Parts: sequence; structure tokens; C-alpha cells
Amino acid sequence: MRPERVPVVIGVLAAMGAAFFIVPLVGLVVRTPWSDALAQLTAPETVEALRLSLVASFSATAIALLLGVPLAWVYARIEFPGRSLLRAMTTLPMVLPPVVGGIALLLAFGRRGLVGGWLDSTFGITIPFTTLGAVMAETFVAMPFLVLTVEAGLRSMDRRYEEAARTLGANRWTVFSRVTIPLIAPSLLAGAALCWARALGEFGATITFAGNFPGVTQTMPLAVYLLLETNPEASFVLSLVLLCVSVGVLVSLRHRWLGSA
Amino acid sequence: MTLEATVALSLGGLDLDVDLSIPDGEVVALLGPNGAGKTTLLKAVAGLVPLGRGHVRLDGVVLEDAVSERYAPTERRPIGVVFQDYLLFPHMTVRDNVAFGLTSRGKGSREARATAMDWLERVGVAAHAQSRPAQLSGGEKQRVALARALATNPRLLLLDEPLAALDVTARTEVRRDLKRHLSSFRGTRLIITHDPLEAVALADRLVVMERGRIVQSGTPAEIAEHPRSSYVADLVGVNLFRGEADHGSVKVAGGQALAAAGAATGDVFAVIHPRAVALHRHMPEGSPRNVWAGRADAIELIGDRARVRVLGRLPLVAEVTPAALTDLKLVEGSEVWISFKATDVSIYPA
Repeated sequence: MRPERVPVVIGVLAAMGAAFFIVPLVGLVVRTPWSDALAQLTAPETVEALRLSLVASFSATAIALLLGVPLAWVYARIEFPGRSLLRAMTTLPMVLPPVVGGIALLLAFGRRGLVGGWLDSTFGITIPFTTLGAVMAETFVAMPFLVLTVEAGLRSMDRRYEEAARTLGANRWTVFSRVTIPLIAPSLLAGAALCWARALGEFGATITFAGNFPGVTQTMPLAVYLLLETNPEASFVLSLVLLCVSVGVLVSLRHRWLGSA
Repeated sequence: MTLEATVALSLGGLDLDVDLSIPDGEVVALLGPNGAGKTTLLKAVAGLVPLGRGHVRLDGVVLEDAVSERYAPTERRPIGVVFQDYLLFPHMTVRDNVAFGLTSRGKGSREARATAMDWLERVGVAAHAQSRPAQLSGGEKQRVALARALATNPRLLLLDEPLAALDVTARTEVRRDLKRHLSSFRGTRLIITHDPLEAVALADRLVVMERGRIVQSGTPAEIAEHPRSSYVADLVGVNLFRGEADHGSVKVAGGQALAAAGAATGDVFAVIHPRAVALHRHMPEGSPRNVWAGRADAIELIGDRARVRVLGRLPLVAEVTPAALTDLKLVEGSEVWISFKATDVSIYPA
């Protein structure tokens, strides 16, 4: 087949569109001070931010799996009034400005918040401005990615395998754990990877709800932003680290999101 | 071991209302065209779709009863199902597929694996115990599916189109083995199929289902002799008409009459075997009471015979030799006369 000719206007605009993404990425790679990259990466505050980011993002992903998979199952399998509304509400953080999410969390779980006040007076637990707060902020923003991906996986799987399992004597839980979950493993992995990547990059909700305390709530994106003022070279290196992680996630999901090309 | 199922339900466009009982020692095949509701009936018996009305009893034990709202969930029914395209769990090895039912029913994994290996040996696929289902041929998958269904020692074995997914070469051998396993299984057996050859090969009794209803049931010979629907007549390959008998003739729909020696009175079926229908180039003179002109609509060669569909006063299929076709210079679209004797029309009450 003869390749289709590209009209000039479309070609120019498409090239500008592509360059808009590529130039900044090239800029980041070119301006990174490679000579002392290792020194920047091993600086105590960088290591601390890196460690906290990993802890918080993996914790957020774990919570999202624990709560999000059952939620996706309910959305995919149970019909109940208000399901669409509920799904819309739990999907909202995907489009909500993260800073608004942070404020909402503060109003719910803050010291004088709906639930936070009770937690504080009854158990003496305060969540804002703690690592737990950072984890909650990341979960809030990232879990919808997992729920939507897993729900789509559940809807597209062949449910007759579940019926076959039931005729073999498997109760609902056995069917879920030994048949359903393994069969949707690709969706589960993709959902978890997206969720983790989103959690790792979370900025707005975290800084609003959890603040910016080094070693407690200062994750990589927060550190990058602040280092830009004091130590721009270090912030470039950290940015490059986050870029590499994103590329890694994208590559690992390429079959799912980018097709075989 | 008996199954008594009265199943009435509506699902999508299907309105199912059947009464099926399978006595001890009988292999029953449920035969019907696609969309007749066969698989839905199987699912209802297995408890996978709820009954609207009716009940399912196995060996006198009520598994489900719409009136008393008694319902034994699928996982507690003593059934084994071989599904269409087998539904082997793709993420488990062949052995774990067979062991799945045993561990699900509370057996320890060591014991379950040992039993699974026994079953795989019995059906002849033990060499593939560690393979994934995707690595097996169609015939091997069928055997694993059978082993998986039998391993839990069910009292009712349901098979949904057990050979449909196989290519022709594998089918004969797998069918022979399946028949052997079916006869050694001591429980109630129900096979679903749309293939009459498969039904006749595997079952003692056929139950024919169309549009959610049972239209006929009996041994293959009984059904071949007395078809009661155009679907069955097509399967058997005979001409079937339904009409009102009136002392030597049958008035069928459209007002046309057939001369039929055995016709007395009442609503009857009339069967004319295609072999009994003769074809002529010119109007025949002679004893046959049924003679009319028509047009050859379709000619089909099957082995050493030709089946000619003739459109005329009534549509009929005639079976002649290819040599006769040549003599008659018969091609599709030719004008042709048909004749058959009133004594070749078999009559039985509708």
C-alpha cells in the first residue's frame, strides 16, 4: 500500500505538537549536570525524599489494591441504585484539581474536620502533616486509576470461567481469589502501575493536606519544587529520576496503552 | 440416579418451558437448533440461572423449587459440567485444573493432586499434567475437561456440545472415548448437542427441543420414523406435512390434498420418504395417486444419490441416482413431474 500523503498544514501542526513534548524532555536531559549527578542523588535530603516517596507511593498503591479491587468488583458485578453516581464521585479525583482534593481531605480529616475531630478527641490521632497524611493524599488522587482499570478488566473477562468454577464446588470467595483475580491479572498490574505512578508524582493534595516537612511529608515532587530555588542542579537530577520512572511505567504498559507499535 | 427437572423461565428473548426426566442408566441427548434454549436449560439445572417456575430434583433430593424457594447454590450441587469450549482455567496447569474441584470441596492439596493424576491417566492425558491448557490440542482439552468434571465424583454429568469445538479428524476418536467414559460413569448423564450424529452415537434417548419447548422425545429409531417437526424431518431427511386426515387423503395447509392410504380422520402427520418420490420428464400414467408438475429448485449430490427439491403443488424432496438425473436431463430450473403412491405416505396422529 502506498503511504498516505500528509497535507502540509497538518504536517506542520503535528510536528509542532510533537516538538512541544519533546523539547522540554530534551532540555531536561541536556541541562542535567551529569558530572555530579551521583553526588546530588546521594545527598542526605535527596535520599530522604526518595525514601519517603517510595514508602508513601507503595503504601498508597497497597491501600488502593486492598480497597479499590473490591470497589471495582462491586461496580462491575452488582447492580444497585446510585451506582453511576457513586462511581462518578469516586472517579472525581482524576479530574479534580489536586489542591481542591487536599482541602477536601483537610476538611474531613483535619483536626476540626468531620471525622478528624472525632479521631482527635477519641483516639488522639491527627492525620494532617504526618506521613500517613501524605499516603492518604496520594491514595485519594491515585486510586481511581486502579478502580477504573480493574473494573474494565472485570467487565471484559469471560464470566463463564467463574460459572465453571462454581460447578466444581468453589464458593464465591474461592472463585474470586483463584479464578477472577488471576484472570484479570493484566488489568490488575496495569491499574497498580498507573496508580503507583500517579501517587509518586502527587504534589497538590499532598502539600495541602500533609504539608512539606522533610523526612515526614516532603516527597520527591515537593523536594524538586523547593530545590529549584535553593539548588536547581539537584532539582534537575531528581526530575530526571522521576522522568525515568515514568518512562519505565509507560514501557511496561506499552502493550496495553500504545498497541504493538 | 434420576433427574427430574421442570424448568420455566424467561431470559432475553427466550421463553423456556420444559419438563425433563432422566431415569437411571439412560444417556439422554438434548438435541435442537442453536437458540432453542438447550444451554439455558443446562444452566438452570446447574443453578446458574434461577427458575421462574418449576423444580429440579436429583435422586429425590430437591435442588431447587420455585414454590418453596428452596435453592441449593451451584457449588453445593453434586454435578459435573463439561462446558462448550471446555473453559479450562488458562492460568493453571492441567493437573491443577482437575484438582481444582477437589480442593474447592475441601480436599487437601496433596490428596487432590493424586486424585487428579489418577483421572488424567484414566482419560489418557497424564503426560500433559504440567502443561497449560493453551498447549493442548482440542481433543486433549476435551479429555481434561471430562476428567475435571468427573473428579469430584458428581451424581449428574452435564455435557454442553462436548465435541463441537473439535475438528473432524479428532472427533471420531474423542467421541469413541467419550462414549466409553459415559458408559462407565454411574450417575445421570445429559448431553447437549445440535449434531444429530453425535446425539445418536452417544445417547440412548433423544429429546428434541425447539424455541424453548420439548417437541419430541424417544429412541433415535422412533424419532426417525415419526418426526414431529420440520426441524426433525430435516435432520432425518424426510418430507413431512401436517394436516387433516379424511378417509384416504390428507388436507394440508394451503388447501392442497395428498392421497394417503392410511389416513382416517383427525390431525395427522404425513411422512413421505424421498426414495419413494419418482421423477418424470412427462406426465406419468399409472397407479400412483399423487402426481403433479413442478420445477427442480435445488439439486444436491450426496454420495451416490442426488436429492432434488421440487417446487410444485407441495414442496417435496426426491432422492434419485445421478444416472437418473442424466437420463431426465434434469438441471436446476427444469420442469419435472413427480409421483408417489398413496401407500408410501406414512400417517400418524399429530
